[in-house]
Amino acid sequence: MAAPQETPALFAAPTGGPVWRRRTVNRAMTVVIAGAFALAMLPLLSLLFEVAKRGIPGLSVEFFTESARGAIGGGGAAHAIVGTLVITGVAAAISVPIGIMAAIYLTEYGGKSRLRRALTFFVDVMTGIPSIVAGLFAFALFSLIFGPGIRLGVMGSVALSVLMIPIVIRSSEEVLKIVPNQLREASAALGTPKWRTITKVVLPTAFAGLITGVMIALARIIGETAPLLVTTGVVDSINSNPFDGRMQNLAVYAYSEYRTPGVMKEASYDRAWAAALTLIAIVMILNVVARLIYRRFKTEIR
Amino acid sequence: MDTTTNAGQLLAAASGGERRWGDRIFSNLSVAAGVTILALLAGVALFLLIEALPAVSASAERLPGGKTLVDYIAPLAFGTVLAATIAVVLAVPLAVAVALFISHIAPPRIVLALGFMVDLLAAIPSIVYGLWGIFVLGPAAVGPMEWLEAKLGFIPLFQGPASATGRTMLVAGLVLTVMILPIVSAVAREVFVQTPRKLQEGALALGATRWEMIKMTVLPFGKSSIISGAMLGLGRALGETMAVTIILSVSGVVSFNLISQSNPSTIAANIALDFPESSGLAVNTLIASGLVLFAITLVTNLIARAIISRQNIQ
Repeated sequence: MAAPQETPALFAAPTGGPVWRRRTVNRAMTVVIAGAFALAMLPLLSLLFEVAKRGIPGLSVEFFTESARGAIGGGGAAHAIVGTLVITGVAAAISVPIGIMAAIYLTEYGGKSRLRRALTFFVDVMTGIPSIVAGLFAFALFSLIFGPGIRLGVMGSVALSVLMIPIVIRSSEEVLKIVPNQLREASAALGTPKWRTITKVVLPTAFAGLITGVMIALARIIGETAPLLVTTGVVDSINSNPFDGRMQNLAVYAYSEYRTPGVMKEASYDRAWAAALTLIAIVMILNVVARLIYRRFKTEIR
Repeated sequence: MDTTTNAGQLLAAASGGERRWGDRIFSNLSVAAGVTILALLAGVALFLLIEALPAVSASAERLPGGKTLVDYIAPLAFGTVLAATIAVVLAVPLAVAVALFISHIAPPRIVLALGFMVDLLAAIPSIVYGLWGIFVLGPAAVGPMEWLEAKLGFIPLFQGPASATGRTMLVAGLVLTVMILPIVSAVAREVFVQTPRKLQEGALALGATRWEMIKMTVLPFGKSSIISGAMLGLGRALGETMAVTIILSVSGVVSFNLISQSNPSTIAANIALDFPESSGLAVNTLIASGLVLFAITLVTNLIARAIISRQNIQ
């Protein structure tokens, strides 16, 4: 019966002070934290609202079907949409195989080797490369080969790959890790060669998760502006060949419509906002679909 | 019985050439992918260095503005660090609160939705942040900045004269704050939720209120994650380009005045502004400044990663 007498001391131990004051502090801090969260979400709401409000007037059939070629202060963004698809598509074609193979190395072959440790470390470093630096790298690489002043769609793809590869590796690695080991062991017990186990058992099991990772990575790079500004340049007409000259993309289009507006300033700004709205819509769709696929993957794997 | 024979046949078949060759090719491919990535990273440093060298060896008169390379880059580096510092100072407390709200305060039912909202903040392209900053936040900030000049003008930061357009360092810093908030809070949250249950419940059992429990267990446990998250956020803010390019009205001054019309530019914004119209040595100079930015962000990220890996070992 001696213990209860000591409880008051223990109760007071956390901060001291009367109970009413500690309760008030607790409530106040809860309000402060919740308020800070609300404050942090305010820009998101304002941004989504403003982009929708200002972006919708610029959306039209013309925006999606016509280029800006020869259109004085008018035209559409078809060239930018084509460019976005081509540049991101080529970037994905470079990044996805390299990224997934590297993730396979990390989870299936790496063990405790030095290459594995170096790779893990430098992939982290790579996620921190500023996008403009990735752009300068692609420019430096191509201008050493083709001379200065070179602007190609594929240069942009190389720059975006520098940004995309680490994201693909990270997410693929996470997904491959949660593929149950029993599956690998069962397959190995049947005498299946390791590479067949990976291609026929591990990768199909992880497929949905891998797709999710690729989509999140795409969402991350599809809105990039800075690395493309220095590699693919600005152009008015549709170009679908990444190896032939300048190529426009949606983000750069939005920037140049803002920076160098046409004769009718407001119309240019409308198009910049319309491009921003289109970009946000693409990014949100990619994110939502990726999440839905991932949820399915998680239930399947359990 | 059936399965045994199957397995036996498979084993027999597998010990043949197909197994060895297939395995060798596939494992070599995966190693090659790993090596490619390391080579790519080395390539980034190498090619930037090669293209920067002409600017390093050129005399001052031939560089843009007739300044030496150091004189050219120093004000930009100052602006870069200033903008990023504002962002980190404002974002860290906010991000810790956001992380705590999601990990310990919000009802579990809405946690997923809240996490999605924060992720969305990270997913929005920087060009959109830039447009929002110049058309929405900037004009809205003019009034408050005039107030800052009038009431707090004695502090050098708010000396003024307050900009009438909102294209100031403060607004750029605020937009950067919003942009780095998700990464800082994600890193912090990841560790906050790992706070040992024993500690948390022990504190509550001793009669601590929820805030006292957070203060005594969650925050000390997550301290290094807050620091590493702040460093990662700093790295992001240092390298962020488009939002600053669009918002900031630059004049190349070196000044701590956050609310005036004349601001130092940042390395990244300067590249984005000048690169498309540059040629010759000017391009090399810009690439040299990019190399400096690369070095600064690299060091920042290395420190962040070192803190994270040390905390993982513990």
